[in-house]
Amino acid sequence: MTDTRIVPIVMPKWGLSMKEGKVTGWLMEDGTKINVGDAILEVETDKIAGSVEASDAGVLRRRVGSADTIYPVKALLGVIADQSVPETEIDAYIAAYVMPVAEEGGDDQGPKTEIAETPLGNLRYAKRGSGDDTVILIHGFGGDLDNWLFNIDALGEVATVYALDLPGHGQSTKQLDNPGLAAMTAALAGFMDSLGISGAHLVGHSMGGAIAMRMAAEQPSKVKSMTLICSAGLGPDIGSYVDDFVAAQGRKDLKPVLEQLFADKSLVSRQLVDDVLKYKRLDGVETLLTSLASALFGGRKQQDAPGSKLGPKKPPALVIWGKQDQIIPATHAANLPGAKVHVIDNAGHMVFMEKAGDVNALIKSHIAGQ
Amino acid sequence: MARNISMRQALNEALDQEMTRDPTVFVMGEDIVGGAGAGGEEDAWGGVLGVTKGLHAKHRGRLLDTPLSESAYIGAAVGAAACGMRPVAELMFLDFMGVCFDQIFNQAAKFKYMFGGKAQTPLVIRAMVGAGFRAAAQHSQMLTPLFTHIPGLKVVCPSNAYDAKGLLIQSIRDNDPVIFCEHKNLYGTEADVPAESYTIPFGEANIVREGKHATIITYGMMVNRSMEAAGTLAKAGIECEVVDLRTLSPIDWDTIIDSASKTGHVVCVDEAHPRCSIASDVSAMIVQECFKALKGPIQMVTAPHTPVPFSPVLEDLYIPSSAAIAAAVKKSMAH
Repeated sequence: MTDTRIVPIVMPKWGLSMKEGKVTGWLMEDGTKINVGDAILEVETDKIAGSVEASDAGVLRRRVGSADTIYPVKALLGVIADQSVPETEIDAYIAAYVMPVAEEGGDDQGPKTEIAETPLGNLRYAKRGSGDDTVILIHGFGGDLDNWLFNIDALGEVATVYALDLPGHGQSTKQLDNPGLAAMTAALAGFMDSLGISGAHLVGHSMGGAIAMRMAAEQPSKVKSMTLICSAGLGPDIGSYVDDFVAAQGRKDLKPVLEQLFADKSLVSRQLVDDVLKYKRLDGVETLLTSLASALFGGRKQQDAPGSKLGPKKPPALVIWGKQDQIIPATHAANLPGAKVHVIDNAGHMVFMEKAGDVNALIKSHIAGQ
Repeated sequence: MARNISMRQALNEALDQEMTRDPTVFVMGEDIVGGAGAGGEEDAWGGVLGVTKGLHAKHRGRLLDTPLSESAYIGAAVGAAACGMRPVAELMFLDFMGVCFDQIFNQAAKFKYMFGGKAQTPLVIRAMVGAGFRAAAQHSQMLTPLFTHIPGLKVVCPSNAYDAKGLLIQSIRDNDPVIFCEHKNLYGTEADVPAESYTIPFGEANIVREGKHATIITYGMMVNRSMEAAGTLAKAGIECEVVDLRTLSPIDWDTIIDSASKTGHVVCVDEAHPRCSIASDVSAMIVQECFKALKGPIQMVTAPHTPVPFSPVLEDLYIPSSAAIAAAVKKSMAH
């Protein structure tokens, strides 16, 4: 199995609990030329649907996985190889394919998360990769580190990547005095200090983008670059999402709210709704989200404009937006002078999930360009 | 931080966290601290099934071992609740409730009504329910329908550790008397349970499996049996929706009617006896509310109208099986 000319396409592991996934369909025929990042086939789990993207270039030589069939994580779904590799070798490769044994730990828990003890309380985080560059992924309002399930491993190939749960979110502390952008930025600073991260490439989504900009304004030495995805803090407009999210009490109320996040509403699975509902029902979450929503987005207007406080010497900025964003309009993408801007079609507020391959490639080149 | 813990631990954690949060919460019951055969108070036995183990040392003076007199201590709990405390009384077996019906039916359930809404009775009575424990006829009954019949009582019966913790916390914070039914055979079952406190609102059923061909409506341990049946039927191409009622009073009619209307084939599964059961209650409501959506007769899978047998062979036959549930789905779909 050391033949480097032949590259397997395997069932990916999206998130800690994923053990298997269903192939819902192929997006390419046998014999198609593939570039890195191309979406090859679509997979659905109980949590989310997404596409499997090429990690290597070549030709799709064989589709092994069949549509509407469930395969375990790491099962062989297809084979990429150069056109020069003979069919018999492809056959032999498929016949000899053995699913790799589970990685470190060997358990089915997947990669573990850890806890950082900070002055503002315990914050949960995940870490991937060991590259020289350090990247921190900062989720948005009501999100958590699992939002980055399609990004964290890809970025971990080129950098040391951290994704954290902000206070009041995920499995981090649910207590935060004076919830708002200042407190959130202080929490991020505390997180970086506690892990000895002096400076990092900040990748922020929505509220996380506003936090990244505020950090760049207050403590510029901590910010090597910014990637702002459908970011808050670049204009006054905000949809009803935040209010609706806080108000939703049951599955029936919450599902249409979460559907606002995606251009393709079918991505909102029952499991996703359940997971968010379980989070919302934790003691302290509703109180904190209510205060945070009012501080950041009270009166359905963005209350803070950290983007406008950045001077001309701001860190290099990349702005990415989903064209069909229903939460914060894509027109805000033009509001940060000097930034590289990419507005991606057929994607909503969760563009980094819906178009993970494109977004990952943009972030990688942004980091490498510094 | 969610961990995989048993329903027993989840219930213990709910009691612990609510006692920590609210000084008016206290626990009373038979053998919940020391108990027969254990090494005294300091080595807490923690009730017959160990749910309260360890709480005595942490919340000294707030776990009361009572005499073996349900009528006395349930009466005391009702009185304490009416006077501003939030007692959680452990009644061991729901089968023993008979001797304190007046305290529950005529007092606790009626105070709010008879005092024009000025009195409240934030009382929780926890008790074990269900068969399969080789505990014979007087310790194995599923008596949930007795309590759903009484206005003024709330009735809860969780099917898993996650729901158990959230529903018990909700029960303790609720201002009305709650009968909290714990199935004996579920104490050891595990689920991912957050370490933090959380609540699950009453009257919200959980769709534990989605399907388009038939609806199975159930609660308690029968959720597991129904999920087994749904798994078997899925292999034959029949996609069942499984509705876990979670709370029986109040009951989530909306979810029941929505699901029944969607699939048109309904099986009501209940470990109680068939007459005047949760299954018959749900069946009647579906017929009344969405008769025209039904594509076949509603099926009921229940225990037989007999006492729970002590013979293990007969007891296993007594409890509705996943095979019986699957057969009922097929029978409904044959129409």
